[in-house]
Amino acid sequence: MSRTLFDKVWDSHVVQNIENGPDVLFIDRHLVHEVTSPVAFLGLKNRGIKVLYPKRTFATADHNTPTRNQHLPVKDKLSANQLKALEENAKAHGVSYWGLGHEKNGIVHVIGPENGITVPGATIVCGDSHTSTHGAFGAIAFGIGTSEVEMVLSTQCIMQPKPKSMRISVNGELNQAVTPKDVALYIISKLTTSGATGYFVEYAGDVFKNMSMEGRMTVCNLSIEMGARGGMIAPDTTTFEYIMGREFTPKGKDWEKAMAYWDTLKTDTDAVFDKEISFDARDIEPMITFGTNPGMGIGIQSGIPTAKAIESGAATYQKSLAYMNFNEGEAMIGKPIDFVFLGSCTNGRIEDFRAFASIIKGRKKAENVTAWLVPGSHKVEEAIRNEGILDILHESGFELREPGCSACLAMNDDKIPAGKYAVSTSNRNFEGRQGPGARTLLASPLVAAAAAVTGKVTDPRELMELQEV
Amino acid sequence: MAYDKFNVLTSNAVPLPIENVDTDQIIPARFLKATERKGFGDNLFRDWRFNPDNTPKEHFVLNNSMYGGRILVGGKNFGSGSSREHAAWAVYDYGFRCVVSSFFADIFRNNCLNIGVLPVQVTAEFLDTIFKTIEANPKTELQVNLPEQTITLLETGESESFQINEYKKQNMLNGFDDIDYLLNIKDNIQKFAQNTPL
Ligand code: SF4
Repeated sequence: MSRTLFDKVWDSHVVQNIENGPDVLFIDRHLVHEVTSPVAFLGLKNRGIKVLYPKRTFATADHNTPTRNQHLPVKDKLSANQLKALEENAKAHGVSYWGLGHEKNGIVHVIGPENGITVPGATIVCGDSHTSTHGAFGAIAFGIGTSEVEMVLSTQCIMQPKPKSMRISVNGELNQAVTPKDVALYIISKLTTSGATGYFVEYAGDVFKNMSMEGRMTVCNLSIEMGARGGMIAPDTTTFEYIMGREFTPKGKDWEKAMAYWDTLKTDTDAVFDKEISFDARDIEPMITFGTNPGMGIGIQSGIPTAKAIESGAATYQKSLAYMNFNEGEAMIGKPIDFVFLGSCTNGRIEDFRAFASIIKGRKKAENVTAWLVPGSHKVEEAIRNEGILDILHESGFELREPGCSACLAMNDDKIPAGKYAVSTSNRNFEGRQGPGARTLLASPLVAAAAAVTGKVTDPRELMELQEV
Repeated sequence: MAYDKFNVLTSNAVPLPIENVDTDQIIPARFLKATERKGFGDNLFRDWRFNPDNTPKEHFVLNNSMYGGRILVGGKNFGSGSSREHAAWAVYDYGFRCVVSSFFADIFRNNCLNIGVLPVQVTAEFLDTIFKTIEANPKTELQVNLPEQTITLLETGESESFQINEYKKQNMLNGFDDIDYLLNIKDNIQKFAQNTPL
């Protein structure tokens, strides 16, 4: 019987099928952070039970941590409380904890792959919707709520009905300055934020085959923004080369055994998906969002669509434009901006910093712009230093902060002030996401860099051409 | 955590005819710092409900005393975005037991089912009828019948049936949660784990 990649991984983790109910799915690896876990640990305490498999559980601090002076005690009392609760819970249950200052600390979806916790064919969950990131390795990975965190801590299982399957293929060659972020924003703009709800997506085609692991992570990360449960890409040599030798990946004989299995992890040629969608790579331009959900994105040279041209309710659309203080039909190019945020589990990896540096090199930060550059982890930070990117940033008037989620969800002090515009490489432009009243334009690291040096929305290709002269 | 049983709920409803309501609106991230599940209802729709100086925004529906009840009716694609269960907690803690929409985001729907809030998905047409009927009469009552899987506008008798997975339905009817179930099959799980190396 022909099966999809998703079927193969899912089916091999089903402990039990419940008639007319969900599957009981075994979870290989569970990532935990400070915000969505305290109530789950409290639940265990109330039931008088312990974490069933502490070695399959990994805890880090990232969501509410400061991005400056991490060596000092956390000033915000409530955040400090949550961090302390996680540290104590991890200790009480024998779970590894990479807290603030730990060399492996960073955003949960950055450190998982970095340390080899993420491997092909695994089931991975975390109380964070962007857990879909790990699907880049051919794992089934998705975000869960706190009740489910408690479920996994106490039983290493989750109860979920098997989602429907969708394949999104993008073939052809990408245009200049079109990054994985643009590919994802393009797909979401076509599918809308609910276009893949109920589905698990497999990405296929040349574009993803030729993509680096970092790029694949960016794409899978954004799967949730079109409503999908998760997204995955079949593992290949790029994948194996990336994970080989990392701390938690199998070694020696175990590696060979694992490789033999991982090699089978691809969709059979005659397998059928519930839905198939394909796009042509050449249609994709560098993207930017103009509204208050990630589906409201356009090619950077395009104008803001009119309410008439939009499928969803006109009232909701106009409310969104009013929040952004934009008008139908306006151009995005040239709009003045106030902040630039480079970071998050979407675009906080080394490749993103390389891209950013490639544009700002030899230029100066625009005076009207405040830039927050936040690496996804200490390892990313180290690479930024080692590759000389830090010097480029400093020469151009930028400063590097310490790792964490930061302005992606603004739980710490990194809040965009009300009414201000931020070009952000993160994943959500919802009202108030980056601070009450903040206005977010989602874009790639290249577009963010172009905005950072010009102080307005700018097509990065202009700066790239100049550089070549 | 076990929760209240859900059987038949008859109540007037609060209309929120906005599409793509995301969980950042339902509960903004800055209110996620608690280590206990308490008091989230106060911050439900915080930034739509209150001005920065904490005075209520007159025009927001939760500040309009004409509307009330234990059912929240939202526009299409309700609960998208972040997986924070706090959004479902806030809905519950505020006093809602049921959310009606023509489409729900996956994780939010799951979270609701896990804590005893019933997500009821209706057709776009029926959702429209509900909104219009409430608009005409804010005290309009809805009846949500879980055993029968129906939702009815009592005033007009218009009714629709809704889907729910049988296992989840039994859980809601009895106030059971999944962990009770899983703990009962722990032996199977442990056997399974032995064949699933890390
Ligand atoms: S960076 Fe943003 S999306 Fe990613 S884990 Fe942190 S808060 Fe979630």
